[in-house]
Amino acid sequence: MKKLEYPFDVNYIMKNKRKIKKELLLKPGLLEKNIAILGGSTTSEIKNMLELFLLNYGIKPTFYESEYNKFYEDAMFGNEELDNFKPDIIYIHTSNRNIIQYPIMYDDEKMVEEKLNFEYEKFKKMWDKLFSKFNVSIIQNNFEYPYYRLLGNKDAVDIHGKTNFITRLNQKFYDYANQTKNFFINDINYVSSCYGLDKWSNQFYWHMYKYAMEVPAIPYLSFNLANIIKSIYGKNKKAFVLDLDNTLWGGIVGDDGVENLKIGPEVPSGQVYTEFQNYLKEHKSLGVILNINSKNEYENAIAGLNHPAGTLKPEDFIIIKANWNPKNLNIKDIAEELNLGADSFVFVDDNPAERQICKDYVEGLSTPEIDVPENYIKIIDHNGYFEVTNFSNEDLKKSEMYKDNAKRSQMMATFDNYDDYLLSLKMKAEITTFKPIYLERISQLSNKSNQFNLTTKRYSLADIESVNQDDTYIKLYGKLEDIFGDNGVITVVIGNIKNEDELHIDLWIMSCRVLKRNMEFAMMDELVKKAKERNIKTIYGYYYPTLKNKMVNNFYDLQGFEEISCDEQGNKTYKLDISKGYTNKNNVIEVEE
Amino acid sequence: MKREEVFERLNKVFRDIFDDESIVVTEETTSNDIEDWDSLEHINLVVAVEQEFGMKFNMNEVTTMKNVGEMVDIILDRIEGK
Repeated sequence: MKKLEYPFDVNYIMKNKRKIKKELLLKPGLLEKNIAILGGSTTSEIKNMLELFLLNYGIKPTFYESEYNKFYEDAMFGNEELDNFKPDIIYIHTSNRNIIQYPIMYDDEKMVEEKLNFEYEKFKKMWDKLFSKFNVSIIQNNFEYPYYRLLGNKDAVDIHGKTNFITRLNQKFYDYANQTKNFFINDINYVSSCYGLDKWSNQFYWHMYKYAMEVPAIPYLSFNLANIIKSIYGKNKKAFVLDLDNTLWGGIVGDDGVENLKIGPEVPSGQVYTEFQNYLKEHKSLGVILNINSKNEYENAIAGLNHPAGTLKPEDFIIIKANWNPKNLNIKDIAEELNLGADSFVFVDDNPAERQICKDYVEGLSTPEIDVPENYIKIIDHNGYFEVTNFSNEDLKKSEMYKDNAKRSQMMATFDNYDDYLLSLKMKAEITTFKPIYLERISQLSNKSNQFNLTTKRYSLADIESVNQDDTYIKLYGKLEDIFGDNGVITVVIGNIKNEDELHIDLWIMSCRVLKRNMEFAMMDELVKKAKERNIKTIYGYYYPTLKNKMVNNFYDLQGFEEISCDEQGNKTYKLDISKGYTNKNNVIEVEE
Repeated sequence: MKREEVFERLNKVFRDIFDDESIVVTEETTSNDIEDWDSLEHINLVVAVEQEFGMKFNMNEVTTMKNVGEMVDIILDRIEGK
């Protein structure tokens, strides 16, 4: 919903939250999550706004809210309601109002240090306790700067200054976050500075209602928080689709000619486009892939991208659509060629009419409302499309992988027989039980895979860790490499052993990067082998249809399973008897365990 | 601005906030008359009214306002004082 994307109209959202909520609840396929809010100040409206932004991301939250300022008690001593609530995420909403012992001028260095440790330990004990009890993701606010500075500018420098104290305390929080998986900082220090600290800290709202920020600032806080949560559940965007003329450079390459485009350091309007190109290019290191969608002659588009002052070059893009087709059709083609849902695209175009058409015709597409070039970065950035929570090394290589795929497609065209093509790739797979170094990637994959996903069961990192330690699961990951490159971990199967000789497949996912490579058969062979080692006689498979996973509708049929039930929603159960033998299906991939 | 006009605009704000098209506010309306009007919703109402009329209530006013009529008094006073 456009209304809930940055820049949003706070008045409208706050006034119409009931109406907006009703509308958002109509969306199909919402992911239900329990979120516990432990507050050090009033949290009611924070919860309401968070609900809207999460619904907009396809997540339907149920909330637990601590009593006013009982965050510490709830965390340390627990309570029955919270225990029974079974949170998926715990959010600790604290502010500088919850700092008890600030330094005073009479304190010596040691005393200030003690106070710092006292404040830090209070939080650390709480986090440790919550992790040991619930083992779920924790999101913790850092602290906003104080609203007055007793020492003036020295408040930032001197150990007695509140500003200095808060800066040091925040750093300790970050150190903890860097050492702790599933622990995330909600950076209200940054959000409050973007908003304006004086306005944010409007003391009217503290003294009247015990809100730690002014009420109209709450949507910004909740939006920032919702971005972390949607990222944890794999709902980040994955790719840019970019227009060219007046988006990546000033002017129209076909009319003005390459030499007259505005880009480069000579003029202000050229600088602004250079900076924008740099910003986009930085995203490649996050695993975000870049594509072009422009109404242009292809030769002109390439000539523009080869402008000597441009930082983005043709080879930075995976797919370049420069033609005269409607842009919404180009986007659908790009989605198909990349095997990604169009809802994982951010379409950047300076023309509001093009944005509107694409938005109307491509379900789930994001089309940031960029206005003038000097605001492009801010508007895209503040939308939090690519919020980083779990970053894996796979992300660094993603653009290369998509490139390799393009090369494979070219090679495929030279073979008449598909098996010959597969053999020519000289594929090698590693298929084995989970290893600690891959747990993060496995969790990420379980949250990102929508199409080749039989049950669409999502696993947080904490969930994967507990599966990994549980002996009643057979859990396999698969890596695949070929002559063009290493695809990394691209498939996961989790089966649960029940009634001694039954294996129930809870999860079977595969990245669409490796479709039609027979990797799923190599996995099946390995799964059966592992199952036999555990004296399994029957394997049960499940298919739960969603809007996105039609491609695996008859997956278990292809694997030789027998369908034993199918309900009205199309949920299917399959079984395969392996006690009387099993013939391996893969003959194109060399597998090592 | 006339008193009736303030009421008219105020009525719209109330209907939006409580998502109830049947609400009609009068001089005597208080939080007892509208089901969802609790202390938490009161905060949002005050913010929405401030935004509608481009003014701010001070702390003293928010704590002493007894009914919608008094709210309108303050709004009129503030707008005319501009």
